[in-house]
Amino acid sequence: MSYQSDNKGYYGTFGGAFIPEMMYQNINQLQNCYLEIIESDSFKQEFKQLLEDYAGRPSPLYYSDRLSEHYNTHIYLKREDLNHTGSHKINNTIGQILLAKRLGKTRIIAETGAGQHGVATATVCAREGLECIVYMGAVDVARQSPNVEKMKMLGAEVRPVQSGSKTLKDATNEAIRDWINNPVDTHYIIGSVVGPHPYPDMVARFQSVISEEIRVQLKRKTGRETPDYVIACVGGGSNAAGAFYHFLDNPEVQLIAVEAAGLGVDSGESAATTQLGRPGVLHGSRSLLMQTEDGQVTEPYSISAGLDYPGIGPMHANLFETKRARFLSATDEQALKAALYLSQKEGIIPALESAHALAALEMIDFKPDEIVVVNVSGRGDKDMESFLKYYQSVK
Amino acid sequence: MENRITSLFNRKDKNIISIYFTAGYPNLLDTVTIISELEKNGADLIEIGIPFSDPVADGLVIQQSSEIALRNGMTIHLLFEQLKEIRKSVSIPLILMGYLNPVMQYGIEDFCKKCRETGIDGTIIPDLPLEVYEEEYKAIFERNSLSNIFLITPQTPEERIRKIDRLSTGFIYMVSSSSTTGVKGGVDDEQISYFERISGMNLNSKRLIGFGISDKGSFERASNYANGAIIGSAFIKALAGDSTTASKVTAFMQKFF
Repeated sequence: MSYQSDNKGYYGTFGGAFIPEMMYQNINQLQNCYLEIIESDSFKQEFKQLLEDYAGRPSPLYYSDRLSEHYNTHIYLKREDLNHTGSHKINNTIGQILLAKRLGKTRIIAETGAGQHGVATATVCAREGLECIVYMGAVDVARQSPNVEKMKMLGAEVRPVQSGSKTLKDATNEAIRDWINNPVDTHYIIGSVVGPHPYPDMVARFQSVISEEIRVQLKRKTGRETPDYVIACVGGGSNAAGAFYHFLDNPEVQLIAVEAAGLGVDSGESAATTQLGRPGVLHGSRSLLMQTEDGQVTEPYSISAGLDYPGIGPMHANLFETKRARFLSATDEQALKAALYLSQKEGIIPALESAHALAALEMIDFKPDEIVVVNVSGRGDKDMESFLKYYQSVK
Repeated sequence: MENRITSLFNRKDKNIISIYFTAGYPNLLDTVTIISELEKNGADLIEIGIPFSDPVADGLVIQQSSEIALRNGMTIHLLFEQLKEIRKSVSIPLILMGYLNPVMQYGIEDFCKKCRETGIDGTIIPDLPLEVYEEEYKAIFERNSLSNIFLITPQTPEERIRKIDRLSTGFIYMVSSSSTTGVKGGVDDEQISYFERISGMNLNSKRLIGFGISDKGSFERASNYANGAIIGSAFIKALAGDSTTASKVTAFMQKFF
């Protein structure tokens, strides 16, 4: 069984391209040329060079003595938090900006939740001298203000979105509307493995550098190329897609996807899509979707703006349905606790998103000789306000 | 396939005026009133919008009407319930327009059957792509005598327009510019050259122009290049305010005659 998409963008029954006619030309163009472009030698070389010299790759695979001791196993942290701009998002934006240039596009739009993808997009646009507009839910603008300021400093325009729940889903709607209104000069840099084909596959390919490196680094450190577990958080799912990618066909590697349970899966305030969703169509693909009986998309909730999304990428929906990956969920509280623990035991402040992956360490019985890789997808600078509130409450 | 849409175009092929409104807006129980009043006041065709939480092809006006309609409690089930007796009093063609997900959750097969029972003549599902329709749904729609209406835009390549023309059984919905609904007002020269290009293709299908058509001027201008035009956001805007829904519909329609 293949866990990759077919040539129409389907992962099993999920994926596809459910787009209005107004987007047809742009999506069709991407579908027809993305593989040819990103597999060309000149693209690959430029992409690799920028990942190394600009983003700072490879990111370290760090053996955590303290976590390993605490959980009585061998825990490695994939340090995507050390990338330029502070998360894995830069891998994808570098790839897409190089693609946009080859397509002759001069204006870039993006959606962002936590602001990490917005900052990573604003960054590559600054470097290429392209106009950059970032749509961000008004709620997220308020709770992730350091990233908003960064985007502005980088020269991007941040447009707060007032519709719906004013979070990531609504920012995505607004970016799609912008693209419909500006089809000729604009490329839409989607930040996750969501959206119509070819985005899920394209973004997964750009992020796959994460697992490509893990294999090499692990081999060097342990003599083994494959770990027993790879753990990553899932909102749309781009860091998980990247961390899982080169292990998909190694069934001995357990893939653990961690969703945001918010205040609890059954609390009505949650973003745990695989537990709360059913198949549906949103943002151009068929996937699992949190929705009412009548097919209206429900407002998700998580303390983490990057996981506050009512769907997951079609690749993950398929990994869930085929049981190739195991889906867990962590509450706000569990994530905050895990973030505090990592900060004080290892001196690493993780992003709230990544803290959900770390929280899953509590939920699995590891054997002492197993190797566990946790993808620390981003750093926590942007989340200081949430962290401070929490620490003051637990002191 | 003979249905009310094709009979309309056989009877009248100029200045067809089609009105879009969002079901459940401004009030949950306005649906039948709006339809009846539109017919009484000269509308040739009506597009009844099924509200959706995430209408990506729509501008602010229709987004907001959808939000209010959903808050009022509109659902596809309720809409069919409200329309149960509509064919006792209304004879112009009725089209349901809505995004794919709510229709999919209702069940495509059930939805099409219910449309037939209710006397609905066609559907517009903007995020149901041509290819998926052709492969998976065409047979179901045809079995229920439903015309699925496809959109074309200034960017749609000629070859694709020809394909859409072959698949169309009602009319082709020409999106007037690269835009979401209700954003770009008026009809400019660039649009006229696009309208002329499409006229010159001698398509078999009838054509209505929509998006950005807001008043008598833009309606007449667009109608010169097609069989008529579609008004949505401007009508939704006119439904706001204090007087009765019926009087607002009448006042709006009178501006076009």
